Amino acid sequence: MSLKMPSLRVMAFATVVVMGAAFALVFFYAPNDADQGFVQKIFYVHVPIAICALIGFVVAAFHAVRHLRTGEAIHDVRAYVSIHMGVIFGTAALVTGSIWARAAWGKWWVWEEPTLVSFLIVFLLYATYYPLRYAIEDRERQARYASVFAITAGVFVPLNFMAVRMAESLVHPRVFATAEGGLPGSMLFTFLVALAAMALLFVTLVRFEIAAKSTKGAISRLRRALDADGPAGQASRIAPAVPAVSAEAKT
Amino acid sequence: MATLRTILVKDLRIELRTLQSLPAMALFAVTTFVIFRFGLDRTELEGSLAAGVLLVTVLFAALLAINRLFVAERDEGGFDAIRLAPVDSAQLFLAKVGALFIYLAVLEVIALPVFAMFFGTEAEALPATLGLLALVNLGLAATGALVSTIGANSRARDLLTPLVLLPLVVPLMISAAGAAEPLLAAGGPDLSGAGKWMASLALYDLVFLLVGYAVYEFLLED
Amino acid sequence: MPPPVVEVLSLRRDFGDESVLREVSLRLDQGQTLVVLGPNGAGKSTLLRMLATLLRPTAGELRVLGAELPRRAYEARGRIGFLGHAPLLYRDLTLIEALRFHAELHRVAAAEERIRDLTEAVGLGRRRDQLVRTLSAGQLQRAAVCRCVLHGPELLLLDEPGSHLDPAGQATIRPLIGPGDGTTRVIVTHDVEGGLAEADRVLALDAQGSVAYEGPVAGFTPADARVLYAGAPR
Repeated sequence: MSLKMPSLRVMAFATVVVMGAAFALVFFYAPNDADQGFVQKIFYVHVPIAICALIGFVVAAFHAVRHLRTGEAIHDVRAYVSIHMGVIFGTAALVTGSIWARAAWGKWWVWEEPTLVSFLIVFLLYATYYPLRYAIEDRERQARYASVFAITAGVFVPLNFMAVRMAESLVHPRVFATAEGGLPGSMLFTFLVALAAMALLFVTLVRFEIAAKSTKGAISRLRRALDADGPAGQASRIAPAVPAVSAEAKT
Repeated sequence: MATLRTILVKDLRIELRTLQSLPAMALFAVTTFVIFRFGLDRTELEGSLAAGVLLVTVLFAALLAINRLFVAERDEGGFDAIRLAPVDSAQLFLAKVGALFIYLAVLEVIALPVFAMFFGTEAEALPATLGLLALVNLGLAATGALVSTIGANSRARDLLTPLVLLPLVVPLMISAAGAAEPLLAAGGPDLSGAGKWMASLALYDLVFLLVGYAVYEFLLED
Repeated sequence: MPPPVVEVLSLRRDFGDESVLREVSLRLDQGQTLVVLGPNGAGKSTLLRMLATLLRPTAGELRVLGAELPRRAYEARGRIGFLGHAPLLYRDLTLIEALRFHAELHRVAAAEERIRDLTEAVGLGRRRDQLVRTLSAGQLQRAAVCRCVLHGPELLLLDEPGSHLDPAGQATIRPLIGPGDGTTRVIVTHDVEGGLAEADRVLALDAQGSVAYEGPVAGFTPADARVLYAGAPR
């Protein structure tokens, strides 16, 4: 990341502003869908959340590659937090998807919607990231194996979407299709704003979590330095330890 | 290449001598067929139902072998032995893929005729189905060897390995089922339309072989 | 003056939050024998595994046979003979199959002859077709020694080579791993007197994994050893 990222406060503010704009647009500007009516507006929440989760997973794979190549723990932290946020957003995507299916079609789950099904499978895979990390005690090995997993899973995502789509014949009506032949301008605009809002939310939360981990890491390092021979601070078993900035300089 | 052969031959030699995976897999498969007969309350299976029963059985039999794939390496210092030698440690991955592939192929040669006998599959469907299963085996072997290595060095490996493996093989199973359904149809195998599924299987196999080979050394590092 | 076989500078190895080796530095020249002493938990086996390229350092520099570890570990592999706590022989293979496996991995020339000579030398000649799992602890140790030297390594890393062996057994392995043929050796042992008798240099680690003494054998006496072992183990 060569851009200087704006401070956390600025990002949080921007997130709130864009979110507010998105909500306003959804409720007051975007037209009701011809087929599904008001209910269809869940689309503006569900799809951006899902897209952000997927991008989060793929970005995690890139961080994981950097981690394996350089061995620096900071990349592992970024991968971990990206996946963590992706799983949370993924849960939200599945829940909103289910609500939408219920509201539009009367069923809590639809197998005919390939994107939703693909998402479920991806979610099931990434949910194993935590038991995987927990099962490996040695810190460095845990981080390395987690990176291998993140890369494998990142490669898996497109394969999975492709396979599920092939399995569902295109004759099935797409539950979540909106207007025939693409989104009209007002819907598209609203969608893009909503997407931007969710993306900002995702990135801001990721940065928050990384900052929180850095602070916790710094505190436990200080604590350990203070009671030199005492027991080490209770570092989390599975969250990666954020390295001290000075530790980057190797002896 | 020579390293791959050395390790693979070693694995096959040990398996032939101890028979710790193959008989269990075969027995498991046949018993599972019986359970499906009663679970589904059917004595004839064809099309998508036959494909489903067959593939799910093969998958879970594969899990038996996958769980045991690195037992000797872990318990008897095999990882150390290979890491000490002046060889590319990713050859271990390829050797294990080869071993798993062979175990699955042997399993299917035994189990598929039994399946046909139990559930009335047309005999002419068998060769095509075996060919399809070869592609499936390769994908299962690649993903299985990779995940098995991850599990080999973890706690609760018997739990972790299937947990991580199953979502990963879903695309493989989807393509396999898509291809198998017309092959196991009631009136005899229908080979049209198999092309896209075979291509998708081949893609999966290629991707996981490459990914596994590329990341493998990082799994063996300490 | 040929380059040192082993060069270690401020080596540290952590497992999680615990430091097992701290600030270890040493240097070993060709043909010399280094004996590593210390109480249980001092990190001796860890150090040996790091020299064998099996473990990476957490901090510090490590160079074995001219190769900087871990980056250039592949240059050193195949030239090191490692004898750890595990014999590294597959239990369901026969002795000769297990040794052949190692010979093939290390691309040993004239392997059959070499295996035959080594197994004869340690008294396992008649057990070549026996399954490894049926060997006794002493036989297994002797077999492991064969495996260790099979590929003619330049550097021997031996972790308590005499374990499970009676004096007769130790006598049989001595020609294979003993001093005298110019091989550089690092030996971890609890046999202080035997070790000091063969050593050119001594590395003494205390229970915290720090260096208590590193230098020529002349500067380290059995009395020093007693002090070393008097501290409580980790």
